[in-house]
Amino acid sequence: MSVLASSGIVTASTFSDSASKLGNVIEVVAVFFAVILIIFFAAGRATGRLQRPLAILVFLGPAIVLLLIGLVIPAIRTFYLSLHGADLVGAKYVGLKNYTWAFTNPTEQQVLLNTLLWLIVAPVVSTALGLLIAVGVDRMKRQNLVKSLIFMPMAISFVGAGIIWKYVYDKAPDGLLTAIVTALGWKHPPLWILSHPLNNFLLMVIMIWIQTGFAMVVLSAAIKAVPDDIIEAARVDGAHGSRLFFSVQIPMIRSTLIVVLTTVMIATLKIFDIIKAVTGGNFGTNVLANDMWNQTFVQFNVGRGSALAVIIFVAVAPLLAYNIVQLRKERATR
Amino acid sequence: MAQVEYRHATRIYPGTSAPAVSALELEIQDGEFMVLVGPSGSGKSTALRMLAGLEAVDEGQIFIGDRDVTDVQPKDRDIAMVFQNYALYPHMTVAENIGFHLKIKKRPKAEIKQRVLEAAKLLDLEPYLDRKPARLSGGQRQRVAMGRAIVRQPQVFLMDEPLSNLDAKLRVATRTQIASLQRRLGVTTVYVTHDQVEAMTMGDRVAVLKDGILQQCDTPRALFDHPVNVFVAGFMGSPAMNLIELPVTEAGVSLSAAQIPLSPAQRAGVTGDKVTLGVRPEGWDIVSPAEGLVATVEVVEELGSDSYAYVTPKMEGFDDGRTIVVRAESGAHPPQKGEQIGLRPKTASVHLFDTTSGLRLSE
Repeated sequence: MSVLASSGIVTASTFSDSASKLGNVIEVVAVFFAVILIIFFAAGRATGRLQRPLAILVFLGPAIVLLLIGLVIPAIRTFYLSLHGADLVGAKYVGLKNYTWAFTNPTEQQVLLNTLLWLIVAPVVSTALGLLIAVGVDRMKRQNLVKSLIFMPMAISFVGAGIIWKYVYDKAPDGLLTAIVTALGWKHPPLWILSHPLNNFLLMVIMIWIQTGFAMVVLSAAIKAVPDDIIEAARVDGAHGSRLFFSVQIPMIRSTLIVVLTTVMIATLKIFDIIKAVTGGNFGTNVLANDMWNQTFVQFNVGRGSALAVIIFVAVAPLLAYNIVQLRKERATR
Repeated sequence: MAQVEYRHATRIYPGTSAPAVSALELEIQDGEFMVLVGPSGSGKSTALRMLAGLEAVDEGQIFIGDRDVTDVQPKDRDIAMVFQNYALYPHMTVAENIGFHLKIKKRPKAEIKQRVLEAAKLLDLEPYLDRKPARLSGGQRQRVAMGRAIVRQPQVFLMDEPLSNLDAKLRVATRTQIASLQRRLGVTTVYVTHDQVEAMTMGDRVAVLKDGILQQCDTPRALFDHPVNVFVAGFMGSPAMNLIELPVTEAGVSLSAAQIPLSPAQRAGVTGDKVTLGVRPEGWDIVSPAEGLVATVEVVEELGSDSYAYVTPKMEGFDDGRTIVVRAESGAHPPQKGEQIGLRPKTASVHLFDTTSGLRLSE
C-alpha cells in the first residue's frame, strides 16, 4: 500500500493540484451565481418608486463590473504602463519614449510595415476570394458540401493551422510545397520560410485559407438575400454577366462586403498565433501583435509591449466603429 | 411597336407533371392592351414571364412582331417589364433607376438625361429624381417602375400585377392612369392581374386562364355577356354570377314558376341530364313570393347606389347555406332582412351551361 502510494506521489500531487484548482473555479462560479440569484430575488420583491432604478442596477450592474474588471481597467493600465519603463512594478515615467522607439527603431519599422502589408493583403484577398466562391457556388447543386469544405479551416485554431502549414512550407523531403514544385520541374526551390519578403506572403496564405470560408459564407447569404425580381429586372433592362455583377449585385451587398472586410481586418491586426507557430517572428516576418508578446513576455519590457498594445488598439478602434456603423445601416435597410 | 403571338406555348416546371402553361394560343394586336386574368396558379404570371424570357418555353413558340423570340435572351427582346414589387434598384436614385437601361446601352449622357426627364414629367416624378427608392411612397415607387419601362420605348410592355401593392383608393386612380398612358403611348401591353375588375376596366381584350389553360379571350363586354363556360361565367363580374344546377325536362328547364325553353341547338349540347342556369345579380326580377322562386333574405349589403341581397331560395341544393345574390336597383324598395321575396330571371339575362362539361349552351 505504502509502496504504491510513494511511487504515485508525483502524478498524485499534480492531479490533486489541478483538481483543487478546478474545485476552486467551480466554487467561485457557484458563489457568483448564488450572490446574483440572491440579488435578483431581493430586487424582484422591491416595489414602488425604487423598483425601476433597482431593476436597472441589478441587470446592468454585473455586466458593468465585469466590463470594468476585464476591459476598462486593463486598458487604462496598459496605457499607463506604456508611458513607463521596462519593469512591471516601480518603473520610471518615460513619456512617449516607447512610442518613439516603436516608430523609429529599424526592426520595429519592419514590424509595422509587415503589419500594414498583412492588413491590406489578407483581408482584401480573402474577401475577394470568398466573394468569387460565393458567386461560383450560388447556382451549384451540391453547394452546401462545397461550402462546408471551404468553411472548415475556420474551425481550426490559428496555431493548428500554423502547424499544418509549417509542414507544407518545410524543406525537402518533408515539405509539401517543395515536393510539388520539385515534381513540376523546379530543381532547387528556396527554403520558403527563410525567403524574405516572400515568407510574409506565405504566412498570409494561412490567414487567407482560414478567412476565405468566413467571407464566403457571409457573402453567400447576402447574395441569396438579393430579391430575385431585382435581378430579373436588371436582366430585362439589359444587364448580364459582369455588368449585372458589378452594377447590381455588388452594390446591393456592399455593406455586407464592408463588414466582412473590416471583420477580417480586425482579426488580421490581432494576428499573432500563425506567426508564433510558423516562424516565431523571425526571418523578417514579425507583426505587431507577436512583437507585443515578445516584448512583454520574452524581453520582459512591459513598457514597450504595452506601447505596441496601445498602437494595435488605436488601429483597431476606427475599424471596429466603422464596422458597427455599417452593420446598423444594413439592419436598417433590411 | 409590334404584335405578340403565343403559338402552342407550354411551360412545365421541372419536377412537376402538369404544365404551368399549357399550349397557349394567343394573338395580341399591335397597340392592344391585353389583360391576362385568372386565380392564383392559373399560369398567367408564367405566361407573362415566358414572354419576358425569364421562363423557358418547353414547347411551342413566342413571336414579337415577325421575330421568333422563343430562345432569345430577355435583354434582346426589346420589352420592358413592371414587376409586382417594383424591383427597383435600392442603391440607385430614381433618375439612375429609370436610366439604367439607357446607361447599359451606352447612350450619350445628354440623351439619357433628356429621356429620363421626359419620362419623369409624364409620371410626375420630377421632384424625386435624386431620391433613393427607400425614401419614396408606394405609389411613387410604382411610378418609378413605370418610368423605367416607359423610358425604353420598347415594343411591348409587360406588367405583372403592378397595382397589387397599392391601397384600394390609389389602385383605382393608378388603374386609370396606366390605361390612359397606354392609349397615349400606343405600346402593345400585356398585363397580368388576379383582379377581374382590373381586367374588365383596363383591357381592350381579356384572356381568362385557369390551370394553365386559356379559357376565353375576348373584349370585357363579350366575356361578361357570353362567357364560354361556367368558370369564366363565375370568375368575371362582381358579385359573381349565380349558378344553379337544374334537371332538364321535355319543356326545358324550370325554376319554380319560370320556364326556360331550350332551343334544339342547346338541347343537342346537353350531355347529361342537368344544365347549369347562370343569372347575374342584376338579372333577377324581384316579384311577390307567389309569382317566382320563393326565397328568404339573409343579408342586405347597402352600397348606396344599389344594394345586394343575399337570399336562400326554397329549393333542392340550397339547404346547406348557399345563397343567391340579387341586386335591388336604386329607388326601388330594397328587400329587408328576413323578408320573403319571389325571384324570376329576366329572359335576356339567362345563361345556360351544360353541367357535365361546363360549356355554354349557345342558341
